[in-house]
Parts: sequence; C-alpha cells; structure tokens
Amino acid sequence: MAQDEIFERVKKIIIDQLGVEGPLVIMEASFIDDLGADSLEIVDLIMAFEGEFGITIPDEDAEDLSTVRDAVEYLRQSTKES
Amino acid sequence: MKAAPPRGGPPPRGGVWRERVSPKVSKRRVVVTGMGVMSPVGTSIPEFWENLKAGKSGIRRITRFDAEAYPCQIAAEVDFDVTAYIDRREARKMDRFSQFAVVASRMAFADAALDGVFDPVRSGVLIGTGIGGMETFDRETRVLMEKGPDRVSPFFIPMMIANMASGQVSIDLGLKGPINTVVAACASGTSAIGDAYEIVVRGDADLMVCGGTEAPITPTALAGFSAMKALSTRNDLGPGACRPFDRGRDGFVMGEGAGALVLESLNSAMARGARIYAEVAGYGMSSDAYHITAPSPAGEGAARAMKAAMASAGITPGDVDYVNAHGTSTLYNDLNETLAIKEVLGDRAYKVMVSSVKSMIGHLLGAAGAVETIATVLALREGVVPPTINYRERDPECDLDYVPNQARKADIKVALKNSFGFGGQNACLAIRRFEG
Repeated sequence: MAQDEIFERVKKIIIDQLGVEGPLVIMEASFIDDLGADSLEIVDLIMAFEGEFGITIPDEDAEDLSTVRDAVEYLRQSTKES
Repeated sequence: MKAAPPRGGPPPRGGVWRERVSPKVSKRRVVVTGMGVMSPVGTSIPEFWENLKAGKSGIRRITRFDAEAYPCQIAAEVDFDVTAYIDRREARKMDRFSQFAVVASRMAFADAALDGVFDPVRSGVLIGTGIGGMETFDRETRVLMEKGPDRVSPFFIPMMIANMASGQVSIDLGLKGPINTVVAACASGTSAIGDAYEIVVRGDADLMVCGGTEAPITPTALAGFSAMKALSTRNDLGPGACRPFDRGRDGFVMGEGAGALVLESLNSAMARGARIYAEVAGYGMSSDAYHITAPSPAGEGAARAMKAAMASAGITPGDVDYVNAHGTSTLYNDLNETLAIKEVLGDRAYKVMVSSVKSMIGHLLGAAGAVETIATVLALREGVVPPTINYRERDPECDLDYVPNQARKADIKVALKNSFGFGGQNACLAIRRFEG
C-alpha cells in the first residue's frame, strides 16, 4: 500500500477519534505532545489502526509508535508483509 | 467532670453514656437556585414545563434500535444531537447517560448564574443513576463475543461505570467538593437530591449540583424489563399507553434523560442575590425489607419514607397540598402508593392533588425522581399542577384526586415528591414554595 494512502486513512482515524483539525495531522506530529492524546486514547487509536488495516499490533510494537510517521511507516511495513 | 474517653471506649463506670445533646440550632436551609433538564418532552426548562402543562406525551415507537421482536416497542426518547452540546472528542468517551447528565448540569449551572462566582472546593456533585452505561455495556459485550477480548475498547470501563456521570459533571464544571453517586434503581434521582440536601445541611458544601440520569433504551434493558412483565404492551396506543392510577393501567413505559438541580445553602444564595425557585424542606428514606421488586403490602415502606420526609421538614398532613407521585402505571405501584398516601395523610389524602408526570415522559428510572422534582419545583413556583394524562376509568382502589388530563391552577405551598425503587428503596422529598 502506498504511503500516501496509508497516511490519509490514518489521518481520517485521528481526526475522527481525537477531534483535531486536519492541518494539525502531519507526519511529524506526536500523538501526545502535538495531538493531545492521553494513554487511553492512544490504545483506542492503535485498535482503530488494527481494525482499519486488518492487522494485529503487539503491545511492544505499539509502545514505539509515538508520531504519525511512526504509525504510517509501521502500517506500511505490516501491510507489505501480509 | 472527667473528659470523655475516645469514641468506642468502655462506658463510664456505673452507667451509660449520656446522649450528646446539641444546643438547639436551626437547620441550615437549602434552596434550589438552578435547574436543567434533558427530557422526552423538552431539552430546556421552559419547553419541558410548557409541554407538561399542555399534557403532551413524549412516548412513541422506539427509534434507537429495531424493537420489532419485543413485546414492548414504545418508549420516551430524547431527541438529542450530542455534538450540539459537547465537543465530539469528549462526547465519544461518554456513554449517553453521562452525556445527558453533563448537558443538564451545565444548563442548571448556567441557570443559577454561578459562572465565576462559586468556590470550587465548597461545591460538589451527586448524580444518581439506576444502571449506568448500559448502551456501552451492550456494545462492548457484543464486541467481546464477536471479535474477542483484544477488541474491547479502553473506554469501556470509564464509560460504563455508574459514577461516571458525577465524575464527568465535576470535570466539566470544575466542582471540587464532595462527590458521590446514588444507585437506588428508580429512587436514584430523588435520593441523590436528598443526599445532596443533607450534605448542604451538614455544611460540607455550600452548593451541590445534583439529580439523576439514565439512558436505558437499549436491547438488553428492554428485554430485561419485558421479561419482568413490568412494561406496557399497548404498542398501538403510543402516547396513550402510560396510564398511571387508571383502572386500565398495564405497566410502565421506559423513558430516558436527565434532570439536574443546583441546591444551595440559603445563606450562599442570599449573599450572591441568586434567584430562588423553591426550598428543599426535608428528606426521608426507608427500606421495605420485603421483596426484590414487589412493593411491601399496603405501601408500608413507602409510607414510612413519606413520614420521615415530613418529620425532617417539620410539617404535618394539613400542610401538604400536592404529591408528585412515583405513579409508574404498574398495577402494584399505583395501588400501594395510593394506600401509602392515605396512611400518611389520613383524611387530608382526599384533599391533596396527586399527579404523575410519567404519564407524559415515561419512566426515566434513575433520572425519574430528578426530572419529576424539577416539575414539582415549577408547580410550586408557578401555582400550576401538571396533570396525569390518559386518565379514563376510575379504579375503585385508586380513589384520590389524580389531576386527570388537565393541568390545574392551584395555590400550593408544600409538595411531597415520591420515588420507589427495586430492592425496596423508598425516597421522599418535602419541597416548599420559597417565601423568605
């Protein structure tokens, strides 16, 4: 899957769940520092990514996903393998 | 005289402790200074009150899900778009019962004109609910069954737990004083107001945002109440199905919503020149200690709660003008409540007005007592008693003045608000028109 497509799908989930404005959701944005997510919202986001892309993200991997870029890159790798 | 040993120590030699006699001081007075409502007949106080006086029903076919397979297919739903009130990000982390509570509490707080003039640590919150986040529970249980434990939302627990309405209200309004939740089935709303009243009387807070909330129109709740044969099955009658005290009553109709009141010490209200709606004069509760769902014979437990509220308010039967009834439209509640009113008020029972607004808004379970207390306060303030609609045929055993079908102008000074819950929990508030 192309990175752009993954980004758009990730962005849509973030906007939907965190209620942030679209322009704030950039690759460099940190879920906690820039998008204001709390620990439960991050768990919820990861679960939404899993549902959207039909994969399972182990907890130890999820812990490393702190920015939008981390998530997009991880999802690109995961969907490539499957 | 020797100093008293610590509490719990042995009694003094040769005798028992003398009861501690406090100097005769009058109770702190508590008044209502703000109200907010999310109801099936209105999502503002004026709309709600106008519709009650007009005898308008909010009962109709259930739209929140397909109820075709259920014996009862009617309910009183709140027409409500949460995003018009609460930021979407916050709203999606709240079950519907918390959303109702937050919106009603904000309304009450604004109504009391408290913004910027209240002391947060002297201000508390006490919202009752019969169930809690039923819709969230239903949804996440389905997720667990269909998709497995990994897919259950991290917000499941904080959305479902019954105290989260109080929690969300405290966060939303910045109330840092006493906080609690009453879970007393259908007496929750009335008990929450009563407990909040006691907190202000005690002096633990100067003001309390209190009331009740419920969002029970879900498949499992409907199935559960249906299984108990508690609900009306007159689906075709819709708005005419709920008939409290009528001979043809056949069960209650579920409703949803929330009622919130700002209770404030009279001193605090006077000091800031607040508008005062009415005075909460007393509160009583009792337990049937009889059966999990059936009321005790002859309304014996209900009568004791009413007597306790009257004693707390220092009033006698002759003072009571109006009883805002629990009046669910079930065979047993309405009969036993009538018997309880007669037991408590004696001959006066035939002179007071008794009405049930459930005939119009359905049974809001844990929110019922709060929304109905608001109606009671408005009745006292305006001198208009809301009717019991759908009253057609007199039941020989229910022979009081139920204010049938038409609101009535009446110069009322004191009202009692009854609520009775499964588990045999009875609560009653005495409310007085405020006259300084």
